[in-house]
Amino acid sequence: MSSLMSGSQILLESLAREGTEIIFGYPGGVTLPIYDVLYDHPIQHVLVRHEENATFAAEGYARTTGKVGVCMATSGPGATNLVTGLVDALMDSIPMVAITGQVPEHLIGRDAFQEADTFGITRAATKHNYLVKNIEDLSQIIHEAFHLAKSGRPGPVLVDITKNVLTGRTNYFPATKMKPLRGFHVRLDPDDDEIEAALQFLWASERPYIYAGGGIISAAASPELLEFVELLEAPLAHTVMGLGGLPSDHPNFISMLGMHGSYAANMGVTETDALIGLGVRFDDRVTGRLDAFAPNARVLHVDIDPAEINKNRRADVGVVGDVKRVLQKLNVRLRETKESLGGHNRENRAEWRARVNGWKREHPFADVSDENEIKPQYLMKRIDEISNGEGIVAVDVGQHQMWAAQYIRFNHPRLWVNSGGLGSMGFGMPAAMGAKFGNPDKLVFSISGDGGFMMSLPELATIASHKLPVKIIIMNNGWLGMVRQWQELFYNRRYSSVAMDAFPNCELLAAAFGIKGRSVDTPSELEVGLREALAEPGPYLLNVNVTREENVFPMVPSGGAVNEMILAPPKPVAVGD
Amino acid sequence: MQQLISLRVDNTPGALMRVAGVLTSRGYNIDSLTVARTLDPTLSNMTIVVNVDSETYDEELLIKQIMRLVNVIEVVDLTNAQAVTRELALIKVTVSPDMRPALLKEADIFRARVVDAAPTSYTLEVTGASEKLDALIELLHNYGDVEMIRSGAMAMERAPQGDHRNTFAKASRVPERTREPVKT
Repeated sequence: MSSLMSGSQILLESLAREGTEIIFGYPGGVTLPIYDVLYDHPIQHVLVRHEENATFAAEGYARTTGKVGVCMATSGPGATNLVTGLVDALMDSIPMVAITGQVPEHLIGRDAFQEADTFGITRAATKHNYLVKNIEDLSQIIHEAFHLAKSGRPGPVLVDITKNVLTGRTNYFPATKMKPLRGFHVRLDPDDDEIEAALQFLWASERPYIYAGGGIISAAASPELLEFVELLEAPLAHTVMGLGGLPSDHPNFISMLGMHGSYAANMGVTETDALIGLGVRFDDRVTGRLDAFAPNARVLHVDIDPAEINKNRRADVGVVGDVKRVLQKLNVRLRETKESLGGHNRENRAEWRARVNGWKREHPFADVSDENEIKPQYLMKRIDEISNGEGIVAVDVGQHQMWAAQYIRFNHPRLWVNSGGLGSMGFGMPAAMGAKFGNPDKLVFSISGDGGFMMSLPELATIASHKLPVKIIIMNNGWLGMVRQWQELFYNRRYSSVAMDAFPNCELLAAAFGIKGRSVDTPSELEVGLREALAEPGPYLLNVNVTREENVFPMVPSGGAVNEMILAPPKPVAVGD
Repeated sequence: MQQLISLRVDNTPGALMRVAGVLTSRGYNIDSLTVARTLDPTLSNMTIVVNVDSETYDEELLIKQIMRLVNVIEVVDLTNAQAVTRELALIKVTVSPDMRPALLKEADIFRARVVDAAPTSYTLEVTGASEKLDALIELLHNYGDVEMIRSGAMAMERAPQGDHRNTFAKASRVPERTREPVKT
């Protein structure tokens, strides 16, 4: 079957065939032909207010649904505005397809209006990218782009399409089968001997410790992880990308490890003799000083990307494969050998569990609250109580992100949305927006600091326009809090360019966008605000003025060893002392 | 130290840029890079010589990250492998009439061919290992001004003979077993 179709029609047809239901985008000169087709096309287009936010919204959608997020921008400035979100998705391995328009082929290289070398600029910002100059290649490339975005280690793929392709016409044959990609092979299944080596590693351990990351979420390996944890009876710490992989309420969960990780998680990783890395990349925010990280441990590292094995920490047993399949196979073998091989170190492991549980019990994240002031930790605790491990929480970057990760529980994967690797400020609110579009029935919180909120502020218009019931919380301390914290601790309290003054009156701001909102200063006002936010059927903007100079603890100073945590604030000193 | 990497890549726009990008993003200087299509015109062969005088250099990681590129089909690290390496140079050297016979004799020793002769200069073509080219060029400086263009190295793995073959990063995209990490 074939019919004469324009490139723009073929593009949307191909996107629809890949299951695309929603595109986050912003139109422009060369993408006009696409938008003309979109006008009465079943794919929903959400008009964001800045292209960068289209990428973050697509990420929020992808991170919470597991589907490929799709965003679109015009040539030149539209395309260059995508770069941060592309790198963000690359760092966190989020499946995304970005479509950009390009000037007509005969104008490329002639400094045409809104021309930029998108293909060149986004080369290092994507898993792979394409420049489409021939309409005959278009549908094949779109299908390849989706295949690459979601296969193996997921990531962003950009397709730059010249205007002549978008306006050209050709006979469209629906691609039934993809041409094999010679240079792209994913190894999903481990060999049996690798599983046996891993099995020996596990049962030989006296103090096993599971360190699980975003790979668990990408691979949808939560059920297998739960079984693995219970078979091995080992403590588990998540990276900031892994939260929700194992339910936060699980007794073996010892929270996050790393720079702002829990005492138990950081002590545990220092003391373990068998570090089990599952879908992790030994990021410097986790390891601190590498040579002091898990100094007594042999390492088992499972990852789908062979380039991750031995990258930062040499693995004693490296297994390349899909972590879900690896755990399935391992679980079978663990169950079979639990009584035999598993018997050797059983007592040592029980003793170890008791030790870790002791750390967990004695050093929880501090219960910080005050009668008059809203402590940021208290705010997170309240959101945690409301969410009860079931709501979606999309955060921005900085102190509030770390407090949210510490205090809010996630009992399922794909509830926690954050910019883990790149740490892109402005990520939170548009990501929450994308998450809500993908999960209309779930409670969605957007939590930002006052700094990040100002970066994504224009998206209030998108949220208002769709009456999108996102509960927007601003944790407002009047600073770029994390930078201020470092300046306090390491730069002698010289608070250079961190004061977020001239912050808008949020009640007026909400009203200006036609949405409900409130600004609160005390714990009792916070209750009113939260009650109103939850009762409101539409969006709600809640500005929470919190204690100004509160620091995130525990904290591992950059370049320090993770067991050298700063646990509590130093004695309070007034500013100016 | 220099690392010699041989690759097979898609013969497509951007493939060269992607490979070079893995090196240049780290600030490594590419000493030479040759690329041309293979018997299969949809593929290109690439030989890269990269200068790796860096404390942070990690050859295993570099190879793996190049292998990760979608347009890269094979990567072989030939640094310590049994490989034939050749380079071509075109050398224009000014020479006085009385020295011309001597120059030709020296050229002959290096199996260099005269590809252009002018009243005051010869242009020689020579192939060989990079060190041989260096030696010839050094010598020709004794005759007059030297102008030179080199192709950069191209390398081909020798056919396997016994156990001499370097098996690191075998010619396959299927990841090598990482349990016993191989350091060459």
